[in-house]
Amino acid sequence: MTLLATHSKPVYDSASYRVSAISELRELGKYRYLIGQLIRRDILTRYKRSVLGVAWTMLNPLGTMLILTFVFSNFFKSAVPHYPVYILSGLLVWNFFAQGTNASISGLVWGGSLLKRIYIPSSVFGVSAIGTALVNLIISLIPLVVVMLVDGAPFYLSMLFLPISILLLTAFTLGFGLFISSVAVFFPDVAEMYQVLLTAWLYLTPVIYPESLISAKWLPFYKINPMYWMVKMFRLPIFEGRIPSWQEFLPALAWAAGMLVVGWLYFTSKTEEYAYRV
Amino acid sequence: MSDVIEEKGGFAAVQPMIQLENVSVDYRLPSERIGTFKEYAIRKLQRKIRINKFSALKGVDLQINRGEVFGLIGNNGAGKSTMLKVISKVLKPTTGRVVIYGKIAPLLELGAGFHPELSGRENVFLNGSLLGYSRAEMEAVFDDIVEFSELSQFIDSPVRAYSSGMFARLGFAVATAHVPEILILDEILSVGDEAFQRKCNNRMKSFQQAGTTVLMVSHALDTLEGMCDRLAWIDHGKILKIDEPRKVIAAYRGENW
Repeated sequence: MTLLATHSKPVYDSASYRVSAISELRELGKYRYLIGQLIRRDILTRYKRSVLGVAWTMLNPLGTMLILTFVFSNFFKSAVPHYPVYILSGLLVWNFFAQGTNASISGLVWGGSLLKRIYIPSSVFGVSAIGTALVNLIISLIPLVVVMLVDGAPFYLSMLFLPISILLLTAFTLGFGLFISSVAVFFPDVAEMYQVLLTAWLYLTPVIYPESLISAKWLPFYKINPMYWMVKMFRLPIFEGRIPSWQEFLPALAWAAGMLVVGWLYFTSKTEEYAYRV
Repeated sequence: MSDVIEEKGGFAAVQPMIQLENVSVDYRLPSERIGTFKEYAIRKLQRKIRINKFSALKGVDLQINRGEVFGLIGNNGAGKSTMLKVISKVLKPTTGRVVIYGKIAPLLELGAGFHPELSGRENVFLNGSLLGYSRAEMEAVFDDIVEFSELSQFIDSPVRAYSSGMFARLGFAVATAHVPEILILDEILSVGDEAFQRKCNNRMKSFQQAGTTVLMVSHALDTLEGMCDRLAWIDHGKILKIDEPRKVIAAYRGENW
């Protein structure tokens, strides 16, 4: 057995150790293998004992889409041609956001039991939660294509814009997930309240109903909602066949970048307290 | 242990590995438990939040040297676990300074972080990554882990089918697969049957020979006396005595019996 090397400089010195937005980023890089392992675990275990396996990722939004189409097609059909495609393109965005932020909360709570015993950069749990949601989002693009084919909806070249849309949505969801999960560490009932908030938020965002139903008087209020812009980043290229204009793109970009920065700063400012609290 | 260092370096027989200077840890506990945001908001409005300070460590000074096997004893709630947390970078001390001159391998409660639905193989890599190892580092020791844990037949079965002994063996094998510079053991030496315990002890001895610094907490005083170079007795957040194991245990027993 080889003898261990000696360090003349300290590996860890509490006097100069501070978790900052930058140091946490560096630690995240060191622990990238853990992020991959956590994503792998969440994807594998979610389906391991089910007959249909990964197919559920596709069947889940498909089922919701079928129900909503069945219920609402009489109301909205005249307003929206290819209503199944309309609803599915919005649901993908919403499911990603809801799933990603919820998994951030439960991930940090689960990780909390480990954070009390060993050192792990606590942001790995939020980042891997969004990673898992991202894998699911990409898998669920398959049923979207199938529905478009079945419904006879046109495929536009503007769909090549989607990677940028996904990037914006991911940044926004990660930032929000970090923020809400670090609040939930201190107050467990925030996780419960968040479910109610999510439901309200869904109905305040034109996911199920067409935007044209919103009266002009209320539209400015709808535009305060960041998810309004995120959904638009997907609907425009998939559904309307054009890439967003600058007036549509910039609010989405500002929300995505702003939320990511705010969420990261808030999360890292609380990191040293987690081991005392979770 | 010191002769190992002399053989290697030739100079400086005593090198510090873990240093605590006047370390205190204060937990801030609300006088009543406020578990919900609603309650918090109401109390905040009524200005009724009172915080009690609880000091888990009070001005602890300690130096553990390279290659030493150091044990901590004390009653429940004396501050032993808090001390391990401060040393392993989990908690930042409220005041004082902690300096560590090596990489720490904490021995996670065996099997914490395992997922029951995943196979033994998958859990080895998951657990290794939680301990901070890279893929390459885990692949390099994988065969050794399987062999040491004696689970080659079951390595691809989900660990929910494992007995608690198999679980613990795999956990120990993962946590000790690499020769650590500093090993932290929190009350987990009684793993598996006698034959496996012997294997564990042999592994610990080979770590000592390689120069690993070991810090362990246990209530098994006889085990500590057999393994440790020095012991510290902690009570109410303060170190009462640091000396060779026999003397510290005698003093501790004198106080408690």
